Amino acid sequence: MAHVAVTVNGALHEADVEPRTLLVYFLRESLGLTGTNVGCDTSSCGSCTVLLDGESVKSCTLLAAQVDGREVTTIEGMATDGEMHPLQDAFHRNHGLQCGYCTPGMIMAAVSYLTENPSPTEEEVREALEGNLCRCTGYQNIVASILDAAGRMAGAKV
Amino acid sequence: MATTGNYVGSTVLRKEDPELLTGQASYVDNQSMPGMVWMALVRPPYVHARITGIDTAAAKAMPGVVGVYTAEDLELGALPFVWPITEDIKVPVHYPLAKDKIRFHGDAVAVVVAETRGLARDAAETVHAQVEELPAVTDLEAAMADGAPVIHEDLGTNVTVHWSHGGGGDQSVFESAPVIVEERYSQPRLIPNAIEPRGCLAWGVPAMGEYTLISATQIPHIVRATLGGTVGIPESKLRIVAPDVGGGFGSKLNVYAEEALALAMAKATGRPVKWIEDRQENYVATIHGRGVIHDCTLAGTEDGQILGLKFVEIADLGAYYQLLTPGIPELGGWVYMGPYDPQAYWYEFSGVLTNATPTDAYRGAGRPEATYVLERLVDAFARRIGMDPAEVRRKNLVPRFTEARPAISGLSVDSGDYHATFDRALEMVGYEDLRREQAERRDRGDVKQLGIGLCTYIEMCGLAPSNILGALRYAAGGWDACTVQCLPGGEVVLKIGTSPHGQGHATTWAQIAADALGVTPDDVRVLHGDTAVAPLGMDTYGSRSVSVGATALHLALEKIKEKARTLAAHELEVAEDDLEFANGTYTVKGAPDKARTIADLAASAWHAHAIPEGFEPNLEATAVFDPPNFTWPGGAHICVSEVDTETGAVEILRYVAVDDCGTVINPMIVEGQLHGGIAQGIAEALYEEAIYDDHGNLVTSLMTQYLVPGATEIPAMELDRTETPSTTNPLGVKGIGEAGTIAAPPAVVNSVVDALAHLGVTDVGKPATPERVWSAIRRAEGGAA
Repeated sequence: MAHVAVTVNGALHEADVEPRTLLVYFLRESLGLTGTNVGCDTSSCGSCTVLLDGESVKSCTLLAAQVDGREVTTIEGMATDGEMHPLQDAFHRNHGLQCGYCTPGMIMAAVSYLTENPSPTEEEVREALEGNLCRCTGYQNIVASILDAAGRMAGAKV
Repeated sequence: MATTGNYVGSTVLRKEDPELLTGQASYVDNQSMPGMVWMALVRPPYVHARITGIDTAAAKAMPGVVGVYTAEDLELGALPFVWPITEDIKVPVHYPLAKDKIRFHGDAVAVVVAETRGLARDAAETVHAQVEELPAVTDLEAAMADGAPVIHEDLGTNVTVHWSHGGGGDQSVFESAPVIVEERYSQPRLIPNAIEPRGCLAWGVPAMGEYTLISATQIPHIVRATLGGTVGIPESKLRIVAPDVGGGFGSKLNVYAEEALALAMAKATGRPVKWIEDRQENYVATIHGRGVIHDCTLAGTEDGQILGLKFVEIADLGAYYQLLTPGIPELGGWVYMGPYDPQAYWYEFSGVLTNATPTDAYRGAGRPEATYVLERLVDAFARRIGMDPAEVRRKNLVPRFTEARPAISGLSVDSGDYHATFDRALEMVGYEDLRREQAERRDRGDVKQLGIGLCTYIEMCGLAPSNILGALRYAAGGWDACTVQCLPGGEVVLKIGTSPHGQGHATTWAQIAADALGVTPDDVRVLHGDTAVAPLGMDTYGSRSVSVGATALHLALEKIKEKARTLAAHELEVAEDDLEFANGTYTVKGAPDKARTIADLAASAWHAHAIPEGFEPNLEATAVFDPPNFTWPGGAHICVSEVDTETGAVEILRYVAVDDCGTVINPMIVEGQLHGGIAQGIAEALYEEAIYDDHGNLVTSLMTQYLVPGATEIPAMELDRTETPSTTNPLGVKGIGEAGTIAAPPAVVNSVVDALAHLGVTDVGKPATPERVWSAIRRAEGGAA
């Protein structure tokens, strides 16, 4: 077994896991954080995207053992004091989700991207979502949600 | 923002969103139970093979393995198939586990139950089938040929069904018309790719013989009605729950082997059993769509009149029938005239078994296949007679009609205004300017040529009038049901037989109820997707939920209002005719201070202290609606693309869609459905294709090989709509779930061919990949030389 000590959404968790345990199953099955979804097991669809030390990663292609000593943020860690993160709110207001299965991954990818590029163009947002697939929305309202959130987050910082 | 009384027709943000946005959804893999074990299937690496033995000893000996079962160990019946479309159809027997032969990659021969997800997989990998391999056939035409491997020997042939619509009108035009256009179009298999794979969790109370199955399904009611016979559980003791479901697109409109096996394992082990499909399994074991070839004939005149349309189709059914398999081509068989008005009509198809995943309903189900070949053919006709394809369509579109109108295919179309949608789309896209730019690029011999692809379409949805389904030999009805409960505290609960997977029903239904009862959508709770909670229903597919389900809701709300009126009259001591109703309140005419709200009446109907004699306590009503007709949305889509004549690359510059789905309840949700449908249609036109090699192996067996498009491949779409109310239901609604997938493939492929037409290209195939487009250009050049 591998010993893992990882901070997830601000809380330290320690566990002994099978060495082959993927990060996503550690989050879902050991910690009960089922908000991160699995869509493909091959890092194609991006449903399992989480933040590792603030950067987006696909949690189906990392071992839990690889995140020992690091910080993970999942969709469950996005709202603060019951208030949705501006990206969550923007997805709601712009109808950026339908079945919702890709949504946590989309939001985590967008959080990471907006840190790198706080005021992207539509084209840049589309390119940033390269690793995340959605089958319901045709991406139109996902892109609109991220642009909307970027605008509001930039406004909030001024 | 809507105010009380006019939520219908307004954008209301979705009630569904908060749990989905915060990671609190109830997708099946998010659920677990004490003592739960995991199921894995053994799918041997063969395409076509006779089974001579199955070695399970190693798996059984592994620590943590609870059980390993083959078909011999389980007394399971065949899986349900509910649409024997002809009297003489040959029906392959389809067991949850293969008994004698493996017939495609998804066929499982054993099932393993173990303490963890990983152990179940590990153990399944140690189970080996001893087989005698047989030649396989996955090519549709090869499977029809003499001497082809026969997939089900007991049937004696791979061609198991032939269905003919028969002719409509004067068939002689196919010989005598001044212009006869004949084309052959091929449409490959597609993999639906709901982002949530399938999965289920089964458990029981063995002492009572009662079992529950939570399944990522679109059809909990149909699963309950049909699966009992397979697993030996009476319907009354079977409860099916569809939790939050992560997309369906038809792929979860089915009753699958794994659902039967999970229940069987819960019975066999006495423990809760969970199975979650991985993506590779999904590609072989979940249904595919399309996989058809059409020989098409258009009879017309030199001045652009379409006189006759004839289509002869062959359809790849796969290795078995799933729930509806041979019915899918037939569903298209009623819309091959499109929005036009030919004098003659012919449609027939033959269904062919292959060593491939069964095909079944994939978003649009039969109607995209029909619309694709029709709209390609209309463009071919326009090229032949040298007329602008927009002009050909204008000449042939049926004029506006607001009462049901018989169509030559034999059914009756509810209403339509095809010129309005087409004219608006042409205006939005700036058609004349685009044609000028196209001419300039051609004159200059630009490397990047411009194509303008048109599609005017109708669809037949809102499945369906039960009597017509019966006449078509479908085993179930097409009604739906809703129960409305007004709680004494003023809230409203809806229990409805539709079962969504992303469509926003909870919001849309709440808007309808809020307007009817004078409350807000927040006051309305929608319960669905559980046969124990909403026992009557026919589920969600075929763009039926609003036109059938919401109409049942509307009728139940009308009953509630009638019952409330009776109680209000009693309490206010006036005749019912003396009451008027607005914003959820009954008021005595001329005495506005004498009033009762629905909430007041719900409370007095609940405590029932002083209700009229014979009045049933509680303000609750159920209605079941069986539609008198299908609904027939229509519209016009235009794709503008740029084709690189040196590389074959296609880039979509504009996509304009003007659709008419009748009365709209929530415009935001309607537009969302269109965005997703169009994206899937673009994917079908340019990217997606399930490819098998000569040995029958699925080459596109991973998401890295099967090109589900991302955000950079899908353009921003420009939408508008008209609203021509349906005459099929009192709400005037038609449904919008499939329109995009029906209209987009021909619009996109027509744009690619249009860009290259001056070079002599008449077809590029589907999907129009750079390689295919490049080859088509080179072939045309060769032909010219």
